[in-house]
Amino acid sequence: MGILDHFTRRQCFGLLLTPEIAAALQHAEHSQEAGAKLSWFDPATAAEVEALASRIVPSGDGPGAREAGTLYFIDRALATFDRAKQGVYKAGLAELQARRQRMFPGSSSIAALTGEQQTELLAAMETTEFFELLRFHTIVGMFAHPSWSGNRDQTGWKLIGFEDAHLFRPPFGYYDDPAHGEEER
Amino acid sequence: MSAAFRSNETVDFAVVGSGAAGGVVAKELALAGFTVVVLEQGPHMQAKDFKHDEFGVLFQSALTNNPKTQPVTYREKEGDKAEIRDAVNYCRMVGGGSVHFTANYWRFHEVDFEERSRWGAVPGASLADWPIRYRDLEPYYAKAEYDLGVSGLAGANPFDPPRSKPYPMPPLPVKSSGVIFERATRKLGLHPFPAPMAILSQPYKGRLACQHCGFCNSFGCEFGSKSSTLAAAIPAALKSGRCELRAECYVRKVEIDAGGRANGVIYFDKQRREVFQKARAVVLCANGAETPRLLLMSTSNRFPNGLANSSGLVGRNLMFDAGAIACGVFEHPLNEHKSVQVTRLIHDYYDSDPKRGFFGGGGIDARSQAYPVVFALFGLPMDAPRWGVEYKKMLADYFPRTMMLLAHTTCLAQETNSITLDPDVKDAWGLPAMRVTFSWHEDDLKTLRYFEKRMLEIFDAAKPRRAWSYPPGFDLLPSRHLMGTCRMGNDPKTSVVNADNRAHDVANLFIVDGSSLVTSGRQQPTATIQALAYRAADRMAAMARRGGI
Repeated sequence: MGILDHFTRRQCFGLLLTPEIAAALQHAEHSQEAGAKLSWFDPATAAEVEALASRIVPSGDGPGAREAGTLYFIDRALATFDRAKQGVYKAGLAELQARRQRMFPGSSSIAALTGEQQTELLAAMETTEFFELLRFHTIVGMFAHPSWSGNRDQTGWKLIGFEDAHLFRPPFGYYDDPAHGEEER
Repeated sequence: MSAAFRSNETVDFAVVGSGAAGGVVAKELALAGFTVVVLEQGPHMQAKDFKHDEFGVLFQSALTNNPKTQPVTYREKEGDKAEIRDAVNYCRMVGGGSVHFTANYWRFHEVDFEERSRWGAVPGASLADWPIRYRDLEPYYAKAEYDLGVSGLAGANPFDPPRSKPYPMPPLPVKSSGVIFERATRKLGLHPFPAPMAILSQPYKGRLACQHCGFCNSFGCEFGSKSSTLAAAIPAALKSGRCELRAECYVRKVEIDAGGRANGVIYFDKQRREVFQKARAVVLCANGAETPRLLLMSTSNRFPNGLANSSGLVGRNLMFDAGAIACGVFEHPLNEHKSVQVTRLIHDYYDSDPKRGFFGGGGIDARSQAYPVVFALFGLPMDAPRWGVEYKKMLADYFPRTMMLLAHTTCLAQETNSITLDPDVKDAWGLPAMRVTFSWHEDDLKTLRYFEKRMLEIFDAAKPRRAWSYPPGFDLLPSRHLMGTCRMGNDPKTSVVNADNRAHDVANLFIVDGSSLVTSGRQQPTATIQALAYRAADRMAAMARRGGI
């Protein structure tokens, strides 16, 4: 959502744009760039992690973790504030690869498995610390503010109907809309 | 213009902490003509610095105490070894908790001040009457509402205590959660009313009205419409020309002279240099956890067990935030992410009732459930899928249609619940970490279970597609309501400060923040902390003028 959109909104509501509001809108501009570079994952590992993240929030029936660029959030997390958790990924991925070879002999990578196979593989890891961390990172990468390098084009927010705006006016929802009488409520 | 004092210049008051209480005390004293230095450990952020950044604020300590530099340790009971755990959470900046609170602004009721007399003793708890009554605080509740800006509707709550004035402005517009709640509670014969909120429903004293962006709970208001002391008190204090605010200055000791009087405070400045600021009197407003920690760190030959601690009660009787949660999902979108969190509530179950068989009461409010990240992590019913196609579908379906009922309930004071100094763990400044010892009283848990049932009844009447609750005693830490650790009372043996918030043991030391509270009310302590702050500042100013400090 760009500054222009806020201005349109302002005009709709006929608000007076004070310097305070203008400043608030400006500072809140989303500075997100689609993450193009990886700093911790190598390309092969990145493909594996992306495949796994897209089992947590799948694509199809609307964009999922892949389209939201959650991989870039996870990469940034592991390179910066979650550095201490790199080992959980290393160990978890190693275990997953071993399981993959047992469960799907002859397969070459997680990314190369079918979606169903990936789900089956991940389900076998569901009670591990690695799974919890992967789930946490995928969800944050999907729904956190885009400035954290995920949620590209607000993919996650659009999925759940969350609007990041600075100004709203009532009615906010169906039930507080006077157009919907008591009976309907 | 903001004042600037030299540290060897003796100011009238050194105020430690600039939050809900400290911001008010600083402003009142400065406007009353006294020189004031405010020492705040956190930064001086402004409205323009506040962002809609859920992950930064809720997961990366963007506004709150950071466990990486200021670890907190926790244990359930005395005798256990405390482990590092995020048990206490407070907004660490100019304005303190008043910046990030949801802005619920309930006055305590008359019963909250005299519950020991009305109810009797509770085994295992140190329930006590306050040395003051509601009527003593009433003018200061009104003062806080008018000075800071609170919206609400007087007379709408039949259980409200008497008030001298209506609210200075009307309530905020009702949300879908409020409409649903109002209809359901009326059906049950209950008495819903518009939530009193420290958020401006219309422009007030040069500040903007709420723009309904939705980022109140845990966030700073980007429009200055939330009536934090950052927005509503500190600017006036600085403008007086008699108050200097020193942000990023972390007080480690209240210093005592040979006569046993406080003569200033020692703090680490931004560059971690030690500075001694001289003052004629010291006011601690550092919150219910940091204030007792500072007193316990302020040892001397005269006060080997910590300052103002002859009762041994500094840090004891710690009371936390108690809450029970129920959620419901409805047919149409509620879009609860818009506007303030709470618009309707009930106080029908506020008083303790002997028929229930245990002590405790509370209020129930209707509100938004969670911001996107927390919703996706924890917001669905506990039996819902946690990942995959069905999980994704359910998130999209539930997020706009879910609301929460939150019960705010009593937490009994127990002497064994405490803030002490951890013997082993240190913070990044080399000071002893805060150690929390806390477990719930049996009656607190019974109260939570009772309220869980009441909330599910309300949802039954509201006819959602589905309602669910979380098991009572569901992990309630960390707490943001930090109360009781320097309790107020008339007897120096059983309390730390007197009815004027003056330390029994040190004539020119005042303590005013959540630590003064004798009971927890039904949570929502901010209005009471601020009413106490206005009252204490009045008392301090009068005493100082008489030469009585």
